[in-house]
Formats: sequence, structure tokens, C-alpha cells
Amino acid sequence: MTNLICIVCPKGCHLAVDEEKDFEVTGFGCARGVDYGKKELTNPTRVITSTVKIQGGIHKRLPVKTDRDIPKGMISQAMALLDTVELTSPVKVGEVVVPDICGTGAAWVASRDM
Amino acid sequence: MKYDVIIIGGGPAGLAAACAASEKGAKKIVIIERDKELGGILNQCIHNGFGLHYFKEELTGPEYAGRFVEMLRKTDVEVKLDTMVLEVGQDKVVHCISTREGYQALEGRSIVLSMGCRERTRGAIAIPGDRPAGIFTAGAAQRYVNMEGWMCGKRVVILGSGDIGLIMARRMTLEGAKVLACVELCPYSNGLNRNIVQCLNDYNIPLYLSHTITDIQGKERVEKVVVSKVDENRAPIPGSEIVFDCDTVLLSVGLIPENELTRSAGIAMDRRTNGAIVFENMETSVPGVFGCGNVVHVHDLVDFVTAESMRAGAAAAQYAVGQEAGGPVLEVKTGNCVTYTVPQHIRRENVEKTVEVFFRVDNVYRDMVIQVKDGENLLCQFKREHMAPGEMEKIVIPRVHLDKVQGENITITVEKQ
Repeated sequence: MTNLICIVCPKGCHLAVDEEKDFEVTGFGCARGVDYGKKELTNPTRVITSTVKIQGGIHKRLPVKTDRDIPKGMISQAMALLDTVELTSPVKVGEVVVPDICGTGAAWVASRDM
Repeated sequence: MKYDVIIIGGGPAGLAAACAASEKGAKKIVIIERDKELGGILNQCIHNGFGLHYFKEELTGPEYAGRFVEMLRKTDVEVKLDTMVLEVGQDKVVHCISTREGYQALEGRSIVLSMGCRERTRGAIAIPGDRPAGIFTAGAAQRYVNMEGWMCGKRVVILGSGDIGLIMARRMTLEGAKVLACVELCPYSNGLNRNIVQCLNDYNIPLYLSHTITDIQGKERVEKVVVSKVDENRAPIPGSEIVFDCDTVLLSVGLIPENELTRSAGIAMDRRTNGAIVFENMETSVPGVFGCGNVVHVHDLVDFVTAESMRAGAAAAQYAVGQEAGGPVLEVKTGNCVTYTVPQHIRRENVEKTVEVFFRVDNVYRDMVIQVKDGENLLCQFKREHMAPGEMEKIVIPRVHLDKVQGENITITVEKQ
């Protein structure tokens, strides 16, 4: 049995996951907690956010995010992909900045217009 | 220049108030914003987790702000950027300046105060030691890193476990810094649990509860930080010192509602929230002046700021067309464990079906029941498995219960189940 705090939403439900009962989750407040509890012990993933260089925008950095969650173990590789990126304004929210992060199919996308 | 509604501050609170005022039919609305763009602090909060309540999806701060800016574009709301409000007069004249338009006095039928917060600094908590470079509030560091493109440290100690500090612990780590410790004076974290998990635990950053910084050393730049354990009275325990070699200290030690304008307008303040005392529709003690968002009380979630500000904006629009709220006032008193409530005053006649009351508790509790009482009479109650100071509580009181109240106040109290 593993105790977890659900990170899906700010409520922070206290979950208990039973590895011996096929990762049965208790203590959840909604169905997303069940998915999270199971995934966290089998294949933990995160959505990552960061910034990239941009020329001609209102700021020097453009915020970006992964368009879906990626395996926790790939976070540093995913971050390294942004080091050499340099964009020029205008960029629209949702625009792909780096496609297919390390073969995961997830992409870095812009998280605002600039 | 005469407006129906003047909104001071173009962050999440001001944006939501403007959208709601426009929807309620106010014609001439203006948002006055001192920064060069709308969105406020959301623009530097590039992490995700915003909007789960309001948009039913998980957005980053800039995306959340962007949605509201987009909604605003479909209205006739005027926006004045790079404009600083100097004073709000009791006659509801707003005095402001900008390099583009110079000095202006704008008259509003109603006014919404949505100026937000600023951060507590080293001076506010009196950390002893040298005064070298390298000591930042977490939010200032966040702006440097996320918007201006300046990395502000390599080896970092974070004081305080507020959400901004936790978020910055992760952010600095992802950008290549080593975060040595997150140090919290209280025996519990002041941030959301999910942020302890995904910002500290994910990156193996140790959290030192019941500890504080007792010395900062360094000539030009921070060189060392001394952290000590504290006793139950929060006094440092001699002999418990841990020394960290670091070049940067980030402070996440609380927010101060930015209420200079509110005070100088003669609006009644609440010492517990450091914000204005408000009624059920977010109106302050000055009729026609409303407050919403972090300038009234510090929120954990922007979604709740949005909901509160929409009520304020709608009420401001109604006031502007002559629908003033009135009637007898019920005072909301705080009972056991409750540190404040918002609203502090409720006018029953102005409550349609229900009224939402927000508050915080003074410690971590399990298996409690929130009770709303009229003297000794129990009006309604709400069970909670878990309560903490870092998590704002919300209860919804049906009007039928308020109608039963005999006295001039109700009490919100938290008791053991």
C-alpha cells in the first residue's frame, strides 16, 4: 500500500494505492484521482512548462508547455531541447515550438500569443 | 471624463470584473493598468494548474490570462496601459498619470478596486545578517527568469513554503540551479499539497519544517545561509544550526494586499485580511466602491478570484445604473479556529438564494465540522476531513437560514466532529 497526494487538481486528495490488488485506488475525490494513483506507481508523467528565447516580442522570453504529459524520467532531456530554440514574434498560443519530444509524440507548444 | 465603471488593476480580478460589468449592461467601462499589458501576475506564472474550476481544463497562467483578454476584446471595455492611479477620491474621482496621456481625473459611477498584492520582503520579516546581493522575493525571481530572461542564481535556499516559493524551487531546478533547501517556520507547509509533491518531492528538494534562516553571510553576493530549528514558540534553538553554501536566497513569506488607494479613500479595513471590509456583493464601506481578488484577501486559486470578481463587476454595473443594494446588515463573526471571513457583512435582502463565505483556519485540523450559528442556535453545518491554513475554505449558506437569524450577527466556528 502506498499513500500519495493527488496532484491532478489543487484539492490534493490523500490517495492510497494497493499494489497487491492491481493498483486499486481509494481516497479519491473524482475519477481523475483513480487514473493518477495508478499511473503514478506504474508510469509517472508530468506536463512541463518553461520558456524560450524570442525576438521582437513584448518580453524576451516566450512561455511554452508540453502539450501532454511526458514520462517523468524524460524531463531533463525535454528541457535540453529548448536551449537552442530562438523564435521571432509573432507567435500564436498553441503553435508548435519543438515537435515530437524524444519520440514521445508530445510537442513543446507556445502558451501565449506574443 | 465620466465612466459607469472604473476598474483599477488589469490582472485576473480586474479582467473578470470588466467582463462581468460589460455583460450586466454597463456601457462605459475602463480598466486602468500600470504594467504594459493586461494579465497581471498570471503572465509570469508559466506553470500549469490554472482554470480547472472555471474553464474545466488545466491551463498555464498566460493561457488563463489570454482567455480573458480575448473575451474582453469582444466588449467595448477601454483599457489604459502604463497608467498609474495616484488616488481614489471619496467623490469617486480616480486620479491617474501616464506618459502618453499625462494627468487625468476620471469620474466613475462605480469603482472596482482590483490591485492585487505585493510580496513581503526581507525587511518585513527582519532576517538578521549581511546585506549582500542575491536576496530576492520569489515572485521577483519568477519575473526575471520567466519574462525577462535573467537567471538569478546557481545555488539557492528558499525561505517559506508558500506556493510561489515551491513553484520557483522547481523552476530554478529545471533551469539548472541547485535548490539546497526549502525552509519553513511553521510545523506545516503553507503551500498546496500538490506543490510539495510536484515541485519539491519530484526533484528531491528537502523541506525543513519548523526551521528558519538565522543568518545571511556574504560581502558582495550571498555566500552562506545559516538555518536553525525553532521551538514551539518559533524561537531559534541554539546548537541546531545548519550552514548552506549558496549564492541566492528566495523569499516566499507571504503577500500583502496592496491597499494604499483603499486606505486613502477612507474605506473601512479589516485588520485580519489587510483588505477592505466587504458586503456579500463585494461592496466596500463606501457605496459604489467594490473590491475583489487578492486586494481583498489572499486567494490560493485564480479560479476563485475570477468568481469573486465577476460578482464584484456585476454589482458595480448594477450600482452604476442606480440599483443600490441596501437593507439591514448581518455581521459575520469568527468563532473557534477561524482567522477571518469574506464577506464580513451580509445584507440578507441582497442575497438571492445563497451566499458564499470564504475563510481560513489557524492550524492543521482533521475531522472537523464548520458550524454557522445565530447566538447558540445552529443554522447549518459542513463537515471537513482535512483543514489547513494554506487552503482557503468556502461554505455556501442558503438564504433560508439567514432569514431565521434573530440577532444582528452570525458566527462561523470550527469544532471537532
